[in-house]
Amino acid sequence: MEQKPTLKYKNLAMNTQRDLLATWYGKLATAEETKLPIAYMLVPGSVSELVRLMGFEIVFPEINALQCGMKKTAGKMILKAEDLGYSSDVCGYVKNEVGLFLTDRESPTGKLPAPDLLVCNYVGCTTFVKWFEALASYYEVPLFMLDAPYIRGDGITLHQRDYFVQQLRDLADLCGSISGAKYDEDKLKEMLRYSKEAEDLWVKILHSAKHVPTPIDSYFEAVFFMSPVFLMRGMPETVEFYKNAWLEVEERMQLGIGPLPEEKVRAVIEGPPAWPHFRAFWDLFKKWGVVSVASTYSKVGGLFDLGFRHDPDHPLESIAEYCMGCYTNISLPKRAKLLKQYLEEYSADCLVIHSVKSCRSFSMGQADMREYFMHEVNVPTLQIESDLADPRYFQRAQLMNRIDAFFESLEHRRLTAV
Amino acid sequence: MYVAGVDVGSTQTKAVILDGDKKIVGRGLTHTGANVIAAAQRAFDEARQEAGVQQDEVTYTIGTGYGRYKVPFGDTQVTEISCHARGACYLFPATRTVLDIGGQDTKGIRTNELGEVVDFVMNDKCAAGTGRFLAAAAEVMGLTLDQLGETSLRSQKALRITNVCTVFVETEIMAQLARGRSVEDILHGVHNSISGRSVSLLRRVGLEPEITMTGGVARNVGMVSALEERMQLKINVSADSHYVGALGASIFAWEREFAHVAAGERKGE
Repeated sequence: MEQKPTLKYKNLAMNTQRDLLATWYGKLATAEETKLPIAYMLVPGSVSELVRLMGFEIVFPEINALQCGMKKTAGKMILKAEDLGYSSDVCGYVKNEVGLFLTDRESPTGKLPAPDLLVCNYVGCTTFVKWFEALASYYEVPLFMLDAPYIRGDGITLHQRDYFVQQLRDLADLCGSISGAKYDEDKLKEMLRYSKEAEDLWVKILHSAKHVPTPIDSYFEAVFFMSPVFLMRGMPETVEFYKNAWLEVEERMQLGIGPLPEEKVRAVIEGPPAWPHFRAFWDLFKKWGVVSVASTYSKVGGLFDLGFRHDPDHPLESIAEYCMGCYTNISLPKRAKLLKQYLEEYSADCLVIHSVKSCRSFSMGQADMREYFMHEVNVPTLQIESDLADPRYFQRAQLMNRIDAFFESLEHRRLTAV
Repeated sequence: MYVAGVDVGSTQTKAVILDGDKKIVGRGLTHTGANVIAAAQRAFDEARQEAGVQQDEVTYTIGTGYGRYKVPFGDTQVTEISCHARGACYLFPATRTVLDIGGQDTKGIRTNELGEVVDFVMNDKCAAGTGRFLAAAAEVMGLTLDQLGETSLRSQKALRITNVCTVFVETEIMAQLARGRSVEDILHGVHNSISGRSVSLLRRVGLEPEITMTGGVARNVGMVSALEERMQLKINVSADSHYVGALGASIFAWEREFAHVAAGERKGE
């Protein structure tokens, strides 16, 4: 009988990420006692290095929502917000955060601190603006609106970059006036060196999915690999994390081990996962042997795989470019081009679009995307719908029907082709 | 030796039995109700009785529809999307687009020359444009489902029904009745409303002739007429349209039993 290889680094990334997050949540839980200034900020295009340099620790409301979703408390939080008058059509992430405000911020990850500052990094999602305006009114703290120009053409213009850098200088001043910290560019450069190093390693992990079989699932598993580079850039421990994560991925690759016992279908996945039913959602794909080889959700915290890196030699300029270049801030044709590139480079068999009711910045245009890939690119494309935060919008029977029908017809065509 | 397909739908359960020559020899139809397993058995037994065969003579059975995993005597499952495509192409081999209007969902399916699914779209989160929409209209006007089509064809002028909600359409119909509008004209409007939604669904998969309509609503002549008028295309409708899902499942069963087409492995729910 064939012996299963012993994996030296099994689950190393997931476990180390858990430890990193636990340390961070521990810091947040004691922030009020330790008088640590707290800024709330959004994940896509976050300017976390600058805000941390200026003496703040950061709470990411989207991460609160996904944690509440996975730990099955988001439903309750959302209902609290709806009791207050928020419509069922409002983004579930927003309502989860309002629910946390109404329940004294007791979250499954521990007590979350109230903000001293709100930094709304507006990157293509108008809901972000209203969300943070609401929080500013509830918490009565300053709101800094970082306005990232929407990227329509091929790239970021010099004028757009300068406009953004000026805002970053203003933000640094405001942070300093609250925390008392001084802007130290040498220290920022050092932080960006760590950011860049972590980004290099993260991209190496993402690119490993080009192997057949892929050593990682770039959607369902990527969530256990991506948090540090999204939330904790600029720190040596994040670089350490990615060194360890790479050991795990490299080992799997050397042994030809993938996320599933057998890789049958290689899919590119667009859109966020259904956090409140994460495992059940994954299982719907697993039974067909579907692995994700590339996804756009694992890029919401940065399109590093396309070549962007934070640049220690041009700190504020590169932070500006990072923020403006994030996935939700680029035009639909650019997004479609990226997906097409993924389909080709990662030898994918199909595209799966998971449209979520909550997120307009993701879901807008996805029906057109489906048509484009199905009829013009001629790639089998499945579009399904649920939500990233609200457990009520996950209809297992309907989802299963569509997913089964899609992969069944792919499988059937393969069988009859032989 | 015989094979069977059992389609456990949200409203009704259908069964079809095929012989070794791929000919339909038995059909069964029953309300699904709360006990899905019993409904599957009832429809299957009815089809067996018509065919005059014993249960052990049926050597391969495929379950389809929402209750496909609840057919205890089924050998495997295939979704109704694949089954409607296969069944429609069996009845009308030149079919390239299938419109299935069922009790709770409407599907647009594009097929290839082998009857395989190339693309499909379905209504999401809302029963507007499905059989339920018609059932709601029938109820408020005191008609049976079978009377709807013929009645609407007697209309002089279609009214515009603007509501797309299956629940609120009742209110709109009551308001039209209160204004003295005729049942015929209201129903014509209801059929036009559904055909509008169905055709836009079909356009998303590509409206390539021939078009075959399947599912219970295909028996409604008013619906077929409204669809043909909107598309300006002829629609294939079979007397077996109601059974197409079960028929497709039985064809998959036939292929696996008699033509030895690889079945793929059995998947759990």
